[in-house]
Formats: sequence, C-alpha cells, structure tokens
Amino acid sequence: MNWLRHFFRTPEAVAGALILALLAAMALAAPLLFPGDPQAIAGPALLPPFQDWSLPLGTDRLGRDVLAELFHGARTSLAVGLAAAAAALLIGAVVGTLAGFAGGLIDEALMRITDAFQTVPSFLLALAFVSIVGPSLGVVVAAITLGAWTGPARVARAEVLSIRERDYVAGARVIGMHPLEIAFREVLPNALPPVLALSSVIVAAAILTEAALSFLGLGDPNRVTWGGMISEGRTVLRTAPFLSIVPGVALVLTVLGVYLAGEGVVESTAVRRSLS
Amino acid sequence: MTRALRLLRRRLVGSVFVLLIVVIGSFLLLEAAPGDAVDAYIVSTGGDAGMIELLRHRWGLDQSELTRLANYLWALLHFDLGQSVTFSRPIRDIILERLPTTLVLMGSATALSFGLGSALGVYAGARPGSFRDRFLSIGSLALYAVPGFWLGLVLIVVFAVDLRWLPIGGIETIASGKTGFSRATDIAIHLVLPVSALGFIYLALYLRMMRAGMAEAWRQDFVLAARARGLTRRRIVLAHVARNALLPLVTMLGLQSAQMLGGSVVIESVFAVPGLGRLAQEAVAGRDTPLLLGIILVSAILVVIINLLVDLAYAVLDPRVGAGEASA
Repeated sequence: MNWLRHFFRTPEAVAGALILALLAAMALAAPLLFPGDPQAIAGPALLPPFQDWSLPLGTDRLGRDVLAELFHGARTSLAVGLAAAAAALLIGAVVGTLAGFAGGLIDEALMRITDAFQTVPSFLLALAFVSIVGPSLGVVVAAITLGAWTGPARVARAEVLSIRERDYVAGARVIGMHPLEIAFREVLPNALPPVLALSSVIVAAAILTEAALSFLGLGDPNRVTWGGMISEGRTVLRTAPFLSIVPGVALVLTVLGVYLAGEGVVESTAVRRSLS
Repeated sequence: MTRALRLLRRRLVGSVFVLLIVVIGSFLLLEAAPGDAVDAYIVSTGGDAGMIELLRHRWGLDQSELTRLANYLWALLHFDLGQSVTFSRPIRDIILERLPTTLVLMGSATALSFGLGSALGVYAGARPGSFRDRFLSIGSLALYAVPGFWLGLVLIVVFAVDLRWLPIGGIETIASGKTGFSRATDIAIHLVLPVSALGFIYLALYLRMMRAGMAEAWRQDFVLAARARGLTRRRIVLAHVARNALLPLVTMLGLQSAQMLGGSVVIESVFAVPGLGRLAQEAVAGRDTPLLLGIILVSAILVVIINLLVDLAYAVLDPRVGAGEASA
C-alpha cells in the first residue's frame, strides 16, 4: 500500500491513472451500454453532436452512432496495445536473456538480427506484414510486435550480462542446473524490472501504430478502431471536422494517460528504492 | 582522422551483415505473400496458362528457393530491385524518383524537432523544477502522445480549410510553370504543414532528453567549478551544462531516423506528398509486394547510412569515443 501512496504522490500520475481507469471502464462497458453492432446505422447521416440526446455525439457519414463507435474503439485500442506490448516484452526478454546468457556466436547472431529489425522502420515493416498476410486483429498485433520487441531485447541483454556473473548464478551452476533452466528460472526473473519499465512506452507506441495502420485502411475491417474513424471522418473533413477530431482526442488522451501512469510507476519505484 | 576511419570500417562490416539479414528477411516475406509476380502481372494484363508458364520460366520463378535467393542477392548487388507490377517500371527508378522528396521532408522535420526541441530543453532545464520546466515537460509529453496523421488533419482544418493560409496538400502547385527560386518557395510553402506535423511529434523526445541531460550535468563537479570561478548563470547554462547534455542527442538523431521514415509514410499520405512513404502506401493498395520490399530495403540502407554519419559526427565531436572500445 506504501507503493500506491508513492504512486499517487504526483498530480501527473493521478491524472494518468484516472484516464486509464476511465478508458478501461469504457472498454468493459461498451457491450453493455451499446449492445449490438456499433457499425450498424443508428440514425440520420452526419448528425452534429449535442443535438439529439439519444445520439449525444451525433452520427458519421453513414449514420452510425459516434459515441458507440468511440466506446467500441476503446476496446480495440486497449486490446491491441496491451497484447502487442505483452508479446513484445515476452519475446524481447527471452531473446535478450538467451543472447546475454549464452554469449559468443549465439549472442552475436541474435544481436545482429535485433540490429536488422531496428534498421527497418517498424511502421513500414508492420505495413508490409499486414498487407501480405491480410488484416485481422491477430495479424495487426503480430505486425506491431515485430517492430517492438527489439528495445526490450537490448535492455534484457544488458541486464543479463551483469546478472550472470553473480554468485547465485555460479551457485546454480555448481549444483548442476541445466544452463537453460538457470537462464530462465534464475536470471530472467531478476532481469525483468528494467524491461518492464519500458512497458508504458511500448503500449503507447503500439496504440499509435495500430491507429496509424487502421487510418491507412489496414485495420481489422470487422472492428471499430479510432484510426479507422479518423480515416472515415477525413472524407468529410471540411463539413464535419468533429468526426476526425473526437476519436483523435480520445487517442491523445489514451496515450497521454499511458505515459503519465508509466512515469508515475517509474518515479514511485525510484522513491521506494531510495528509501530502502 | 585514422580513428574515425577505423570506426567507419568497423561499422561498415557490421552494416553489411545487418543489411544481409534485412534482404533475407524481405525475401522470406516475399515468399510468404500469396501469389507471385507472375500472378500479379497476369491479373493486370490477362493471359493463359501457357503464358504463365513462360513468364515463370523467364523470370526464374520455377527454380528452387535457394537459387532464387541467390538470384535476388545477385540482382541487388547490381542495384536491380526488380520490376514494379503496378507501375510497369524498374523499382529502382521509381524509388530514386521519390526519395529526394522524402529526404527533404525528413531533413526539415528533423531540423525542426532537434533545433526547437533542444532549445526548449535548454530553456526548461536551465531552472529545473520551475513552472516553465513542468509546463514544457507535460506539454511536450502531450504532443508526443498525438498521432502524426491526426495532427496533420488538425493542421489542415485550421490552416488550410479555415484560415486558408497554406495549401491543403501536394508538393507544389500543379502546372504552375514556376522555375528556380519561385518554384523552391512554392515547394517550401507546401512543405510547412507536413514538416510541422512530422517534426512537432518528435520535438518532445529531444526536449526531454536535453532536460534530463542538463539535470544530470548540473550535479557535475565542473558546474561547481564554473560557479566558483564566478561565471554568470547564463554562461554556465550555455557553455557548460547544455553543451554536455547535447552529445547524447546526436546519437538520438541516428536512432530516430527509422522512426521518422516510418512516420513519413502516414504524413505523406495525409498531405499527398509524392515521396517514398506515399509510394509504400500505393504499393500496399496495388498489392505490389516487390515494390514494398524494395522500399523497405532502401529505407534500411538509408537508416544505416544516417547512423554511420551520426557515428562519425559523434567521433569528431567527442574525442573520447572510438579510441578502441567496441560498442554493441
């Protein structure tokens, strides 16, 4: 509980946590508040916001309920962001641990592959992957993961390099543990904290990449996404700019919430460390 | 200069390996794509089974995968990226045509984010913890949270649709017949909005890095020494604190180049700027996988070159670097 008090010390962290809580509530409540297909036609086309209280944010070009789309879009953004970040952290931690612990040729090979992935612009890679495999939620997650695992891998490797010389690792060797078992049961868990510190940046980047992909028409066509809504609104940018503005504001607030909460976590753990 | 040359040679060897992995990776992606170049060609032109057979043989697509990888590599060594399906022209020519636009866009956006970002970072970091420091930190974070394509659309709504100050998109006025200086001005005016959309997003990165570096530098002994010598605060900030915080930002320039290239894809498609990024989107729309992979390859080469240049600049700026240590 002490940790929580440290976390809520700064107003920024409180704001971040509030935004994320609101977002999670939106995502969870979407099917309850707006049952049925959010892509179904709900009223007249291009109804401006705050006119009809059954459609508070109005409707888009095809007469779909903007508020319902916004709620369902929160689901997609959060799901993709969290899934891609989790996959990237997992792959990065495993690759980094293997490279750092094995050393030698394995290390060299894995790190050159990491270099190669960092050399290719991750958005172009995601674009190519989705366009070749075909857009669906899983493919989008995989495409984002492809460009996001390298950062965690580097951090994990650096941490493993310092951990593998510690006494308890030597101890595990002496009692005859298999090297892979040492790597994943002794070293990896201890190398995790700095890797996890990257999670807010990675979640934020994943949400932004997903939005950009769906903006370019490479999102899952059966899901409402904020990027897709912006792209849809773009066709009527002159007459109804709010159709692009509203989901964009939602995106900015979401990513900002992730950053702020992430900074709060990092700062509170730093405080905890300096206290202990 | 031998130090810089040695560094350059070591980096070049590493880069060749990295690029080889990129080539093999893109070859595998090309293989994974449903259908091959002949299918795509036949879809657009029509033709019977005999024609398909003939083309497969002529383009070497009936050979084993390893032979084709070798052919692919051999062609690449001759700067041959193959034929674009949608444009019916050599991919190399199309990319070379589009590349300068993207380089100008990226270069201007980088100058904007680096210049303004580090200047604001110095301003914020000169008084750590002050109101302006907190305001700039949060403000830049908010800017960093903005999707580039959305910022582009907002800029269009405000400056092109409402105020009508700037053009809505494109790279120059079509068929204006302008040449020389007036054409350059025309292009510059067209680039204001796309460069702002791309540059302002990454401004936060440099601002925050500069600020963090300055916070670090404030604690160093040489700052105390400068104070003891009775230097003015202004001089300490500029000549000692900011100068030491600037170096890591140079490394960031290289690391960010891949991000910038990725970002320019969406920005170019928002503003209809005919560069590499928009070409990538056209390749996706036309299901032109060889073109898309050619763009990826050229981007990777570009990123490698930029990073080499940045490393060299760094070695020149900081005499401690490159004396023999191997950096990962």
